[in-house]
Amino acid sequence: MSILVNKDTKIIVQGFTGKEGSFHAEQCIDYGTNIVGGVTPNKGGQTHLGKPVFNTVSDAVKTTGATVSMIFVPPAFVGDAVMEAAEAGIELAVIITEGAPVKDMQMAKAHATKHGMKTLGPNCPGVITAEECKIGIMPGMIFKKGNVGLISKSGTLTYEGTNQVVQAGYGITTAVGIGGDPIIGLSYNQLLPMFEADPDTECIVMIGEIGGDLEIQAAKLIKEQITKPVVAFIAGQTAPKGKTMGHAGAIVSGSAGTAKEKMEALEAAGVKVVVSPAEIGKAVKEVLG
Amino acid sequence: MNIHEYQAKQIFQKYGVPTPKGIMVESVDAAVEAAKELGGPIWVVKAQIHAGGRGLGGGVKLAKSLDEVRELADEILGMTLVTHQTGPEGKLVQKLYIEDGADIKDEFYLSVVLDRKLEMPLIMASTEGGMNIEDVAENTPEKIITVPVDPAIGFQGFHGRELAFGLGISDKGEQKNIISFAQKLFKLYMENDAEMIEINPLVRTGSGEFIALDGKMGFDNSALGRQPEIAAMRDLTEEDPDEVEAAEYGLSYVALDGEIGCMVNGAGLAMGTMDTINYMGGTPANFLDVGGSANAETVAKGFEIILKNPKVKAIFVNIFGGIVRCDRIANGIIEATKITDVNVPVIVRLDGTNAPEASEILNNANISNLIVASDLGDGAAKAVAAAKGE
Repeated sequence: MSILVNKDTKIIVQGFTGKEGSFHAEQCIDYGTNIVGGVTPNKGGQTHLGKPVFNTVSDAVKTTGATVSMIFVPPAFVGDAVMEAAEAGIELAVIITEGAPVKDMQMAKAHATKHGMKTLGPNCPGVITAEECKIGIMPGMIFKKGNVGLISKSGTLTYEGTNQVVQAGYGITTAVGIGGDPIIGLSYNQLLPMFEADPDTECIVMIGEIGGDLEIQAAKLIKEQITKPVVAFIAGQTAPKGKTMGHAGAIVSGSAGTAKEKMEALEAAGVKVVVSPAEIGKAVKEVLG
Repeated sequence: MNIHEYQAKQIFQKYGVPTPKGIMVESVDAAVEAAKELGGPIWVVKAQIHAGGRGLGGGVKLAKSLDEVRELADEILGMTLVTHQTGPEGKLVQKLYIEDGADIKDEFYLSVVLDRKLEMPLIMASTEGGMNIEDVAENTPEKIITVPVDPAIGFQGFHGRELAFGLGISDKGEQKNIISFAQKLFKLYMENDAEMIEINPLVRTGSGEFIALDGKMGFDNSALGRQPEIAAMRDLTEEDPDEVEAAEYGLSYVALDGEIGCMVNGAGLAMGTMDTINYMGGTPANFLDVGGSANAETVAKGFEIILKNPKVKAIFVNIFGGIVRCDRIANGIIEATKITDVNVPVIVRLDGTNAPEASEILNNANISNLIVASDLGDGAAKAVAAAKGE
């Protein structure tokens, strides 16, 4: 078992024939991901990486029955692409593109919600169910199958966290990169209950960072609903106030959104909070016994 | 991206948001000319820097004659203004805004920001104008009213009424004025991809008009591509030169106070690396994310920028290769040691894509001050030890 995606999930790629889209779609196919086609306007009818290309998401969904779209279109077109996917009946859009305007994401996410489509990202590494289905840009080889679910705002901390879980002798059910933009799709509070319900997941690693209050909301939900052990790391304890740290959403505004307040809230909710990502593996070992 | 007050007011005026008349100048003579053109009899001489708290720092002063304008312009232009937002080093004043004095009856606060929880813009207002809004939020939160506006429906009449009644504005003419003010402000917020607008103070004049006495705007960097007029307002002299230089090479850099330079891929891991150094008893000198397309040139540039800081006693390169290939980083490090004089110990941890190839490249290079680390914890410990001269 796993969450969100598995070996049977049918996936299309928006921005399929572009440089990034091609490179990563090919890597996903090599991993075993069931990519059934892609969308690039005016290239409908062609074949790319051995899969059919469609002009519109609607055509692609009708022909292939795809339920998930992996989005690689350039930043200025992300909003448009997400809304198109939502209206075409896609159930989950995984938005990899970095640098989408915030206003576009407000509109697109509201529209997606209206049409019952989940979104992940933007500016995220994607989602991977170990040894079954990789939708995104993560290095697939490090994700050994196991019993730990992982949620992270950061791409490279997803890899770091996963690597430590594996080095500690465990593995991953599903790892989800939620992205570090000011407005993102699926977040801790939607994903934590999914992991709670997944019989194969026995422990959850959550990796957050400064800015916003998603981690604080998560602490509340964990206290009320999550019975499985949670290990957390919050990046940016040493970040200065008022500076954007790489991710557009990673900023301490005034006194809000600090690593300290998030760590304290999580600790109070019974989460095993580590002060360095180098301690994640050890902490997982501790909570799993 | 942030802009100056005079630029924000240009945008306000374009949308019909009332502001006092003003002229931006860069010399004392031009300041006097501007004052003549505005006519007086009272002027405000305002330092233009990208930081709040200018008034308290002595950067905003009232002039009652042209001689006073000259005197104050001479005093403020070229001064290093220190406010609670500039840090102790302050900011050099290179531009002034000469503005008509306003007839102030009372002062309000008004802003539009993105509410990340509601995922929509939020109008915030308060009767406590001229105060630091964070203090108001802390001490008297009941004096702040918030009105979220869903962009799908835009600014409606009820939003305006909530605002007007919330601020206790009872005169019908004044209600109309504040509602029209807020409506225009919201429109310009949306149309220009603003991230925040803050007007503090917003003043009510004796005749019941509302005027933006100050104006602060920040924009979504991701949207600057479609906002060429806004992008052209960028003032690079207000930004950290090292951060600007780094950005030209696709590097995201923020200077800190410590001794250990960091070069990392990914913003989260970059922060996590800083935190780990701190946890191990060291101090990070910077945040540096080399990004997803790091190559020999960008790595070399990263070393150059890190080493500009004389406090740096060791550099920790921490890469977990996903899209970034470790062998390229390894070659970049070797390249960098040829181009730049890397005179401090360099601790390197490379993991992920092509990591074995990378360690072979580094081992064969025979660089004396290179220390290879096996993982994040090991690397941070070695960097802390190296910075202490151990």
